[in-house]
Amino acid sequence: MVPLTVHSGVAVPLLRANVDTDAIIPSREVRRVSRTGLGDGLFANWRYVDGQTGRPDPEFVLNRPERAGASILLGGPNFGCGSSREYAVWALAEFGIRVIVAPDFGPIFRKNCVANGLLPAGVPMAAVRELAAWSDRDPQHNRLTVDLVAARIKGAGEPVPFDVSRAARIRLLRGLDDIAMTDCRAAAIDAFEAERFAAEPWVRLP
Amino acid sequence: MNGSVPIVPTTLFDKLWERHCVETADDGESLLYVDRVIMHERTGGIALDALARRRRAVRRPDQAFCVVDHVVDTEPGRGDATRVPGGTDFIAALRQGAAAFGLRIFDVNDDDQGISHLVSAEQGIALPGLSLVCPDSHTCTLGALGTLAFGIGTSELEHVLATSTLRIAKPATMRVVLNGRPRLDVTAKDLALKLIGTFGAAGAAGAAVEFAGQAVADMGVEERMTLCNMATEFGAATAVVAPDEQVLSSVLATPMAPVPAPVAEWSRLVTDPGAHFDHRAELDAAQVEPQVTWGTSPEHCASVHAAVPPPSGAAARRALAYMALEPGTPLRSVPIDAAFIGSCTNARIGDLRSAATVLAGRRVAPGVAALCVPGSRRVQRTAEAEGLDEVFRAAGFEWREPGCSMCFFAGGETFGSGKRVVSTTNRNFENRQGPGVRTHLASPAVVAASAVHGHIAAPDPV
Ligand code: SF4
Repeated sequence: MVPLTVHSGVAVPLLRANVDTDAIIPSREVRRVSRTGLGDGLFANWRYVDGQTGRPDPEFVLNRPERAGASILLGGPNFGCGSSREYAVWALAEFGIRVIVAPDFGPIFRKNCVANGLLPAGVPMAAVRELAAWSDRDPQHNRLTVDLVAARIKGAGEPVPFDVSRAARIRLLRGLDDIAMTDCRAAAIDAFEAERFAAEPWVRLP
Repeated sequence: MNGSVPIVPTTLFDKLWERHCVETADDGESLLYVDRVIMHERTGGIALDALARRRRAVRRPDQAFCVVDHVVDTEPGRGDATRVPGGTDFIAALRQGAAAFGLRIFDVNDDDQGISHLVSAEQGIALPGLSLVCPDSHTCTLGALGTLAFGIGTSELEHVLATSTLRIAKPATMRVVLNGRPRLDVTAKDLALKLIGTFGAAGAAGAAVEFAGQAVADMGVEERMTLCNMATEFGAATAVVAPDEQVLSSVLATPMAPVPAPVAEWSRLVTDPGAHFDHRAELDAAQVEPQVTWGTSPEHCASVHAAVPPPSGAAARRALAYMALEPGTPLRSVPIDAAFIGSCTNARIGDLRSAATVLAGRRVAPGVAALCVPGSRRVQRTAEAEGLDEVFRAAGFEWREPGCSMCFFAGGETFGSGKRVVSTTNRNFENRQGPGVRTHLASPAVVAASAVHGHIAAPDPV
């Protein structure tokens, strides 16, 4: 995974509440047994005139020329609620999103983000709106800078602190792979399991 | 401390956590030992394939199960062919992964196939005191059995398969007390919707919820599963209910129940009096009326006897526009195009019985498409043995094979754009049941009554 330390990019606002994973990637856009080929399906219901990946709706914010190359998504409360589908994060990543700034996130979505090197940055709604307002004035020029080392987002004024768990921060900063990390704890897991099976033999299926 | 060890009152969730926590790192994240894994075709094949590519083994193949439920067809006589584009490949990939790693699979026409959360309960894959994960957000359904159950993503699934552990920060705890005795026409689904309507779709704020109170104690196991299922729509990390006698007797009847059963162990799975919860919420169940949603979030709900409320803000205005509803319209006058009874929320035998009671001797209103999809083969068999399939068919419902079906749209079946559907499922998001479909969530009885009347309707007074 590519580590994320300081990231500057064009922001794109999608401030509505409860943007769910079905909206991020409609299940019908998942056609292959694969983690790739999902970027075009991102926000398909809103991004295309007919909802299918045909004609882009020129009015939808992700399609606006001034948002070209956007990599920071500004969202509303409960962003990524709904299903556990990791396709939503894979689609965002393939589209080029690295950071999602929102007041709070669906719990599974947040974990899926971190597992794929995307930063879910928790910022109160009022501050999200301020960042969006500044970006709106000249999106290509008014880029946001997300500093994961300092846990701050720089827009126009004072850098805005954001909320991210310590574990997620360390993982993203180092670009660590979960399985490799846990492999280091294999002995502890084996010992725990042996104790568990001894204390409660019924846990183990015959 | 004078030698005496103070006993700290502990919550059920904390006890379950303690039983599974291998260790907690400085960064606050824990390694949680996972006793059982169940995966479905929509993501299972991808995870198993990724493991194979890494040349990794499944650490405990005896604890991992596969089930075909998400994109499989539900037409009688079905095979591997799916209406979902590419769906057959997803089924094939899961089957191939299961064979490669030697995992038990509940395949398309297995006698015990069904929606993963139902299969977990019916087979005894989920048991009190065990931890279980599934790559599906409604895995917390199994908290109703006293199982520590988490919905996970695909990368997490890979991690669990490879290491038998889940990396997870311990969530806060929340006690949700449902006081009083609900009216006879009010079900667990109505209580769940009312709860979400009262405290919001993020009301649980990522906490582990324990449901308690008179109304929960009075519920059957299946209703508790409905309640825990909807905890996802409440924004919970998971949900639990302390297992009581009826839970124990129901899990002991499953094929994988342990012999001898650790009944003493299981009966300790309760919250101690005085235990601390980070958050609390209460609801007077006696005051709740049958609910139906009017918008595009489960929190957009109201009594079936009420009118569409005036929008509280931009989100509600947008929801009303999508749903093509005017504030002030009595919900009971809203005509429907379709009725759907199915999903891991409300397709257990009790749900089908409750709908059949409403439907007996009646017909679905002209022009209303109606579908009943049992949650599992076992449910289907029981229903057929009781003659419920005949009741549904005689009323004009289609009677299908088990699966997730129209709970979500994956490019296959849908009632069609602009159609208004009353549904026993858990999500009324925009386009959830297909592009442009307008979903109203409700209990099986409300869905059945609405199908008969051709508009949103309350079940007859009991
Ligand atoms: S029935 Fe619906 S909510 Fe339940 S597992 Fe299937 S798709 Fe998910």
